Amino acid sequence: MATSAPAKSEPTAQSRPVVRIGDRVFSALTLAAGILILLTLAGVAIFLLIQSWPVIGAQTTDPEQITGGGFFKYVWPLILGTLISAVIALIVATPFALGIALFTSHMSPRRLAPFLGYTIDLLAAIPSVVYGLWGLALAGNLVPVYRWLAENLGWIPIFAPDAEGTVSQTGRTMLTASLVLAIMILPIITSLVREVFLQTPRLQEEAALALGATRWEMIRMAVLPFGASGISSAIMLGLGRALGETMAVAMILSSGAFTWSLVVTGNQTIASEIAQNFPEAAGLRLSELISIGLVLFVITLLVNMAARAIVARTTVKGN
Amino acid sequence: MSNTTVKPEQGSKLSLRAGKLPKGATWMVAIGSIIVAIVLGMLMTGGFNIPLIALLAGVLNFIVLYAWSRTVEGKRKATDRVATTLVTSSFVIALIPLISLLWMTLVRGGPVILESPTVLSRTMEGMKGIYDQDYVAGEGELLGGFYHSIIGTVLITLAACIISIPIGVFTAIYLVEYAGRNTLGKAITFLVDVMTGIPSIVAGLFAFALFGTFLTLVDPGGIGSAKMGISAAVALSVLMVPIVVRNTEEILRLVPMDLREATYALGVPKWKTIVRIVLPTAISGILSGITIAIARVIGETAPIMVTAGFARNLNWDLFGGWMSTLPTFIYDSQMRPTSPGVAAAASSDRAWAAALVLIVLVMVLNLIARLLAKYLAPKGAR
Amino acid sequence: MSKQIEIKDLDIYYGSFRAVEGVSMLIEPRTVTALIGPSGCGKSTVLRSLNRMHEVIPGAYVDGSVMMDGQDIYGAGVDPVNVRRQVGMVFQRANPFPTMSIKENVLAGVRLNNQRISRKDADDLAERALRGANLWEEVKDRLDLPGSGLSGGQQQRLCIARAIAVQPEVILMDEPCSALDPISTLAIEDLIAELKNEYTVVIVTHNMQQAARVSDRTGFFNIAGTGKPGKLIEYNDTEIIFSNPEKDDTQNYVSGRFG
Repeated sequence: MATSAPAKSEPTAQSRPVVRIGDRVFSALTLAAGILILLTLAGVAIFLLIQSWPVIGAQTTDPEQITGGGFFKYVWPLILGTLISAVIALIVATPFALGIALFTSHMSPRRLAPFLGYTIDLLAAIPSVVYGLWGLALAGNLVPVYRWLAENLGWIPIFAPDAEGTVSQTGRTMLTASLVLAIMILPIITSLVREVFLQTPRLQEEAALALGATRWEMIRMAVLPFGASGISSAIMLGLGRALGETMAVAMILSSGAFTWSLVVTGNQTIASEIAQNFPEAAGLRLSELISIGLVLFVITLLVNMAARAIVARTTVKGN
Repeated sequence: MSNTTVKPEQGSKLSLRAGKLPKGATWMVAIGSIIVAIVLGMLMTGGFNIPLIALLAGVLNFIVLYAWSRTVEGKRKATDRVATTLVTSSFVIALIPLISLLWMTLVRGGPVILESPTVLSRTMEGMKGIYDQDYVAGEGELLGGFYHSIIGTVLITLAACIISIPIGVFTAIYLVEYAGRNTLGKAITFLVDVMTGIPSIVAGLFAFALFGTFLTLVDPGGIGSAKMGISAAVALSVLMVPIVVRNTEEILRLVPMDLREATYALGVPKWKTIVRIVLPTAISGILSGITIAIARVIGETAPIMVTAGFARNLNWDLFGGWMSTLPTFIYDSQMRPTSPGVAAAASSDRAWAAALVLIVLVMVLNLIARLLAKYLAPKGAR
Repeated sequence: MSKQIEIKDLDIYYGSFRAVEGVSMLIEPRTVTALIGPSGCGKSTVLRSLNRMHEVIPGAYVDGSVMMDGQDIYGAGVDPVNVRRQVGMVFQRANPFPTMSIKENVLAGVRLNNQRISRKDADDLAERALRGANLWEEVKDRLDLPGSGLSGGQQQRLCIARAIAVQPEVILMDEPCSALDPISTLAIEDLIAELKNEYTVVIVTHNMQQAARVSDRTGFFNIAGTGKPGKLIEYNDTEIIFSNPEKDDTQNYVSGRFG
């Protein structure tokens, strides 16, 4: 057969692109891995929704079955608690994170700088359960401070004492949990911001110095504007971390009903509510916890997308 | 072309010299402020109130430094000094809790491991509150331990690695070598970003819901048996994959294009170029990225407690029964001590010992990542 | 508006490494002085020591003196920030601040010292500086657009405008044309010729034709070998350096026999 084949068919055979088996298999493998990631993310939403289904059913037929007498009544204080703790943590941590990042990138003695950077990275890797353990051990020390706050600033709702006119005796309050959260997210934000600061083009820094800028003026002219979008995205990522952080809050907060006061017993976040109740939960209660997990997932999703949008909008052109 | 040049402005010539504070002025002001603050603080409260003194010292320090520098060196220099002091003190203040945490773990956990090294080789199987009461009363040794948790940590993390490393590395290869700028590539990049932000407890709930849903298909009451090692491994994989993808992608993009083109020019097919040239060039970075990912997930607590429960005994079977890991052991010991009341100190001791082991483990992994990146890097790459 | 610079026995060190040794030269006001020599011979280091920019690199210090109109810029109590106010610098690659508009870039240095400059004064100053840098006609309609949107040559002239807006005494240029195309290079060279009417200009260049075209005096630097300090071999009128130098090394270098 081969010998009788007409000679003119040869060119077509030659111009057909050769697809090697190896190339095909390999590219299919990598593609499959990529698609698996798509499926996983869809899976997170789908399976959480399947397992939350009984709650949705109960909400429509008999909301009284649900803890707190209805899904929204149940989840609302938890969302508030989650947001409050995360926002306080962020407000406390951000200035310090910027300070440390600036110190290690532009102000510390040069020999010390890489060592400090490494230390920050290490601290970012300390497991949250250890932060919880540490915070729990030291929470009691904050009681005098809370008492002082309640006595002198008690007219502000967030420092108001409870019905008996006292504050938490163990120090296990929302404010303690938020402060530990702040300390936890501090190394994370710092190492992201530090990375951004270190990438400031040397030329920009020298341009500022050559114009006669002091070190601080150089930082304001060259380093901070260059890092602006990086800083905001680092803060948003820190917020995402603080929102989803479970252990530190679950261990420190002695849970209770929602209250605006940060210095008395009470409050709960979504993540810690799940952690504290999941081991004993069954049936509808289990579905409740999974459904608030879905709520947390949606909240963090929104925050992370916002972070990306900020970066996309403010990225400096021409760099 | 115009011939105009900047016209000189007469008169406003400043000298090169500038007033300067003496060397060590910053320290002098700082120490002075602390002394004055102590005196003032004692006058105001009649006692030694540390927070008040610290606050006073801080405020005084800034006022004095600014005023002095402003009169001697001028406004710009004064601002520079205040900013520098502010940044430096924020650094020092922030270090205090972080150092305290490391120190406390060492002080609380260290002696336990030294005095009762058996915590490393025993499990909690058969532990009773009475043993702990004896130990706290000084009448017995510290029984129980977290050997089962160390094994659980290793098994679950290994399983998570087996799942997530191939997925992560292959996805990174797809993104760098095949996707180009196509829609799927962009979508995956976006979703990997989204995955990075998934709260760890949600990852745990997902794994539990996934196995729970399938197990209920087989046995309607079987959702409880979804708590097992492999669910925990899947949960950790969800957290690990995005880190592996990100780190690997970053490293692969650093491999110079010339290198690939040089190989193509020799007639080597694409997949062989990737396997033989690109991956070996990037291997140190990839391994280092994977180690960082392991260090990150090995300390996760929340996803493990919702997927693997809290085991008290040694369990080698990833596919059946509860398992314990170091982080869940720490949480469980601290929050639900074997013996409540005074003897809870025994559980607390075990928790701190486990915390020390966990921190050392994480630090060693980070160190390995550093060394991998440093010493395995291709020679002459920098 | 222009100062004389006198360098006396200047040694420059990076840590324990002596990069430049025994440089002495007198740079007259309102002249263009070119520093030439092979790569690594220390000419950029000498240039950066004239406004103390070499101090940005950790461990760098000098021995010797640099007098500006009789005042030592390394003397006791001298603030490098003040030195840099009076000695402007233009870098090898144009480096406008990417987040600032063209106008803000020009005014960046002025704003450091005078926060409350009136709008009109600011506009006038920006126009004068941009005209001084031969850039006004090209950018006058887009002063509020980012400086990074300009072409390479325009960016470099923007940086020159930024340097002259603070009305310095001296302008240092570190290979200002090495990243530019021939036409932009020509524009900068024309500008240098004009700047010399007002300022003392010192320029480092790799391009010998450029040195011959723009400078009045030329200093030739060389090193004996890797790891050895750079030295000023010969310093004379540009014409003499390029036509009839005293030293053989200089002759070899300018005639392209090594380097």
